[in-house]
Amino acid sequence: MGYHLNFNLVWRHFDKLLNGLVLSLELALLSILIGAVIGLTLAVWYVSAGRFARGLISGYVEVIRNVPLLLLVYLVFYGLPTVVNIAYDATTSFVLTLSLYSGAYLVEVFRSGLDAVPRGQIDAGRAIGLTPIQRLAYVRLPIMTRISLPALSNTFISLFKDTSIASVIAVPELTFGAQWINNTTFRIVEVYLVVTTIYLIAGYMILLLLRLVERRFRVER
Amino acid sequence: MEVVPLLAIEQLSKSFGSNEVLKSVDLSVSAGEVVTIIGPSGSGKTTLLRCVNFLEFYDGGSIRIDGSEVGFRDGSQRRRRTERDLARMRAETGMVFQSFNLFPHLTAEQNVTLGLQQVRGKSRKDARDTARHWLARVGLEHKAGSLPSELSGGQQQRVGIARAVAMEPKVLLLDEITSALDPELVGEVLDVVTQLAADGMTMLMVTHEIAFARDASHRIVFMADGRVSAEGSPDHIMSGADGNDRLEAFLSRFRGSRI
Ligand SMILES: Nc1ncnc2c1ncn2[C@@H]1O[C@H](COP(=O)(O)OP(=O)(O)OP(=O)(O)O)[C@@H](O)[C@H]1O
Ligand SMILES: [Mg+2]
Repeated sequence: MGYHLNFNLVWRHFDKLLNGLVLSLELALLSILIGAVIGLTLAVWYVSAGRFARGLISGYVEVIRNVPLLLLVYLVFYGLPTVVNIAYDATTSFVLTLSLYSGAYLVEVFRSGLDAVPRGQIDAGRAIGLTPIQRLAYVRLPIMTRISLPALSNTFISLFKDTSIASVIAVPELTFGAQWINNTTFRIVEVYLVVTTIYLIAGYMILLLLRLVERRFRVER
Repeated sequence: MEVVPLLAIEQLSKSFGSNEVLKSVDLSVSAGEVVTIIGPSGSGKTTLLRCVNFLEFYDGGSIRIDGSEVGFRDGSQRRRRTERDLARMRAETGMVFQSFNLFPHLTAEQNVTLGLQQVRGKSRKDARDTARHWLARVGLEHKAGSLPSELSGGQQQRVGIARAVAMEPKVLLLDEITSALDPELVGEVLDVVTQLAADGMTMLMVTHEIAFARDASHRIVFMADGRVSAEGSPDHIMSGADGNDRLEAFLSRFRGSRI
């Protein structure tokens, strides 16, 4: 028996996919924002910290980077509530996980960004009499941010794709929407073709947008 | 009453690891004086300038600006100043760098206003007016809104000068400020320095532009191997007097070309 592609059932539930896409983007955006706060704080702390604090920060980075994201999602969603007394929904739990996850990557991004700020520009800040805090605020962080933009873009695009893992705890993002339609229509091939295309197009649009931002803020070094 | 020099460097010594870069350097600069340091590569000229605003820690001796020790607390045995205190001291000197070192994310005007607002505590408007004034003085009023990447090397360096002098430093330090420039851009930068000298700015500069050093300086200091090897009026130094072999050897490289 030949299989005939039939997308009609997919189009009928297309709004599920669109809503899922919007949620995926929201999850990625929220996570990278929180992750950036974590990453920035720890990166700044790291470069001025003693050995003990550095060890702690490196520990966090290493653990997160060496545990599969899927496992982290399970640990935070099922494990954390058994240890500390919190009740949260799957979406909150996932944002927490993905924030911690991106935070670990962004510590590294920002740390190497801070390292890459040219010595001479920091010296120029010292020479006009800026205090260390002022140098951080007006010289090192702005330049670091611009240096880090390409890596930030890449992180965001990875995070956007990683949001599909949220489907395992029933967060109604794009991949979960696909699974829901599968269970209702059994049009698995069609659904995954459409969803893959959506991921590709959305990812590409994000990339174009971020490249524009990068171009706008590029600094000559 | 004894005249206290504006900048007094005494028995300054500095090592990088086991490399003794400055060996008991004595040098003083009076208010309004332009002193130029010349000397072969590696003789410690840059290091000396960087010690004057404590971008580089010095191991021994003292550097005083207007009577205050630069890197260490007054009246104490080499207790380092706090970072805040150091920042305050550094604002007393201006520095212009060989590689410009403009803040790449700020416009020409913002490069100048940053220190005026954050260090001098000027209002945004005052800082702007001051910045505009100095950008005009270096011939760049029309470039106030440009980023460094949109400026030529000569223009960037003139912004670098405006950024330093707008802070009204007591001493301006200039380290080979034309070395990174294409030859045709050197003149526009040196003209600005000549103007500043005419206005009475106290300057300590390092340059390989021997002709400029002779014309613009009140005094020339020849450094060799971490020491002041010869010192005197431009004519005195350029004539290679004193029978100083190293000075003679150094100057012979320039003979026939630019002098
Ligand atoms: N940050 C540093 N760490 C280690 N050694 C240094 C450092 N800066 C300078 N030196 C060494 O100190 C010596 C003097 O260097 P300095 O840059 O002061 O010389 P200079 O007279 O300015 O030379 P040039 O004419 O090439 O600019 C050199 O041997 C150099 O290798
Ligand atoms: Mg030098």
